[in-house]
Amino acid sequence: MADLVDLDLAAARDGLAKKAFSATELASAHVKAMEAARGLNAVIVETPERALADAKAADARRAKGESLGAMDGIPVTIKDLFCTRGIESRACSKILTGFKPPYESTVTANLWKAGAVMLGKTNMDEFAMGSSNETSALGPVVSPWRRRGDNRPLVPGGSSGGSAAAVAAGIGLGATGSDTGGSIRQPAAFCGIVGIKPTYGRCSRWGMVAFASSLDQAGSFGRTVRDAAIMLRAMAGFDPMDSTSVDRPVPDYEAALTGNVKGLRVGIPKEYRVPGMPAAIEELWQQGIAWFKALGADIVDISLPHTKYALPTYYVIAPAEASSNLARYDGVRYGRRVEGEGVIGTYEKTRAAGFGAEVKRRIMIGTYVLSAGYYDAYYRKAQQVRALIARDFAHAYEKVDVILTPTTPSAAFAHGEIAGDPLAMYLNDVFAVPASLAGLPGIHVPTGLTSEGAPLGLQILGRTFDEPTVLNAAYALEQAAKFATRPSPWWRH
Amino acid sequence: MALDDKTVRKIAHLARIEVTEPEVAHYAKELNHILGWIEQLGEVNTKDVAPMTRVVDVKLPRRPDIVTDGDKQADILANAPATAAGYFVVPKVVE
Repeated sequence: MADLVDLDLAAARDGLAKKAFSATELASAHVKAMEAARGLNAVIVETPERALADAKAADARRAKGESLGAMDGIPVTIKDLFCTRGIESRACSKILTGFKPPYESTVTANLWKAGAVMLGKTNMDEFAMGSSNETSALGPVVSPWRRRGDNRPLVPGGSSGGSAAAVAAGIGLGATGSDTGGSIRQPAAFCGIVGIKPTYGRCSRWGMVAFASSLDQAGSFGRTVRDAAIMLRAMAGFDPMDSTSVDRPVPDYEAALTGNVKGLRVGIPKEYRVPGMPAAIEELWQQGIAWFKALGADIVDISLPHTKYALPTYYVIAPAEASSNLARYDGVRYGRRVEGEGVIGTYEKTRAAGFGAEVKRRIMIGTYVLSAGYYDAYYRKAQQVRALIARDFAHAYEKVDVILTPTTPSAAFAHGEIAGDPLAMYLNDVFAVPASLAGLPGIHVPTGLTSEGAPLGLQILGRTFDEPTVLNAAYALEQAAKFATRPSPWWRH
Repeated sequence: MALDDKTVRKIAHLARIEVTEPEVAHYAKELNHILGWIEQLGEVNTKDVAPMTRVVDVKLPRRPDIVTDGDKQADILANAPATAAGYFVVPKVVE
C-alpha cells in the first residue's frame, strides 16, 4: 500500500471519512514504512501493536457512524520528550534509561482523545539540547534528504530531528515536537516540511520533560501547512496542570487558511542576516517578499535592533533554567543510578555517567550564571535584554501583522561537519531564538532547494496567540512556492 | 571573568557532576569561550529595564485548594532504582 503513505494528513482524513480505506489499512501502511526506514534511526521506540489497536478503535467508531474529528485514525509519531504512559520516555538521555512514565502528557492525551494513532517515539537531541540530533544517547538520525551526488548522511536538524525526519520520510502523517529555541522550526527547515511553534502557553507543558520552562513549547510537524494546523488544534488547549497554559479557546486553525493576504502587512527585519550566509538564502527571502507582494500584501521594512543579542541571551537563560530543571535526575526516584561515596557521591557519579557532553556543558553554564556573585552580571542582565527583545517585537507589531525571515542561516549539514566549537552549532538557531525569547508563534514553510538539492525555506512570525494569521500567511506562501519535492526513498528496502 | 580550574571544580560540585582532572581543564577552556561570547550582553544599555520574568501577560489561574490526586505509591516507586517497604532507598546519609 505504498499509495496510502503518500497521502498527506488532510487527504487521509478525507479518505477515512469517505471510507476509501480503513484506519487499520492506513496504520498498517505506516507501520511498514516505519519498519522499512529503521536505517534512519528516526523512531527509537516502535509501538506497532498500539498503532493497530488505536486504528481498530477508530474503525469501530466509524462503523457506528461516529468520529472524534479530523485526527481520528491518523497515525502520528511522538517526540521522546513527551511522557507516554507505560512506554519508555527518555528524552534520549542515558540517565532516563528504562523510565516508563506512570502518566500521560497532556499534549499526547489530547491527541489520543482526538483519535490519533500512535506509531512510536522519535529520536531527539538529549533533553532537547542540540541543533543536529547528534547529542542523542540513542545515536544520530540520518536525514531522508541527501545532497545531489553525495551520499554522506545529512543531519535532520534538532532537537526534534527524529520527528521531522519521520514526517519527511512518510512515517506517520504528523509528529509532535517541542521548541525551546528553534527545535521545531530548524529541523522542519532541514527536512523540507512544515513545523509550527505556537505562542508560549498555547499547549500544556505538563508531562513534557522540562528543559527551559519559560521557553519550552510544544508544536506540530506536517507535510503541509494544513496538516500542521489540523494537528496543532488537537494538541492545544488550557490545562489546569500547567499554570502557564492559557485559558482561551483554541480556534479552528484550518478554517483560517483562506490564502487571502491582501492588505496583510508583512515586516522584513533588516537584522536577519549573518556574515557568510549563503546567497541562496538571501535569494529565497527576496523571492518570498516578491510572492507576498504579488498576492497583494504590504511589505514593510522594520528593525528589531536587539536581534544580535538574542543568542547570547538565550545561552544564559536556557542553561540557567536547565540547570535547575535537570537537578531532579539524581538516581533516586527514576532512571539510572551509579553508586558512589555516600549520597552526594552517588549523585555526582550518576550524573557524570548519565548526562552527555552537551547537557553537562549547559548545566555547568547554568550553574555558573546562577551562582552567588554572578547572578546579576549574567542572569539578571539576560532577563533585561530579553525584555528589550520582546519590546522590539511589540514595537514592530504596531506596524506589521506578521514578520517574514529566513528560518536558518544554512541548509542541512553532514554528520560531524559542525563539531568542536559549540558556538558554531548554536548559530543554527540565530533566527529562531528571538521569537522563542518573546514567546511568539513561528512557523517554517519549505520554499526551495539549494543548488545541491537540500531543502530551504522561510519563517513567519506573528503576534501572541495570532496563530490563525501566521498559518494563513504560511498557507499563502506555500501556495505561491509550490514546493512539492520529496526525498527519493533510498532508505526503503 | 575568566574561569579557573578551581571555579570549574566548584561549579561541577554545585551541579553534582563528577569531573576528572582532564575534564576540568577542558571545561575551563570551553566555558571561558562560551562565557566570553556571552559578555557581549554588556554592550546593551539596560538601565531602568525591568527583567522579563513572564512570557505571556496573563493572571495566574487559581483553583480550589482541594486534593485531586493521590494514593499512587506503587506508581511513584515503580521507576526507582532501589526501593524497600514503600520507600526510596539511598546511600546512608546520617552516621
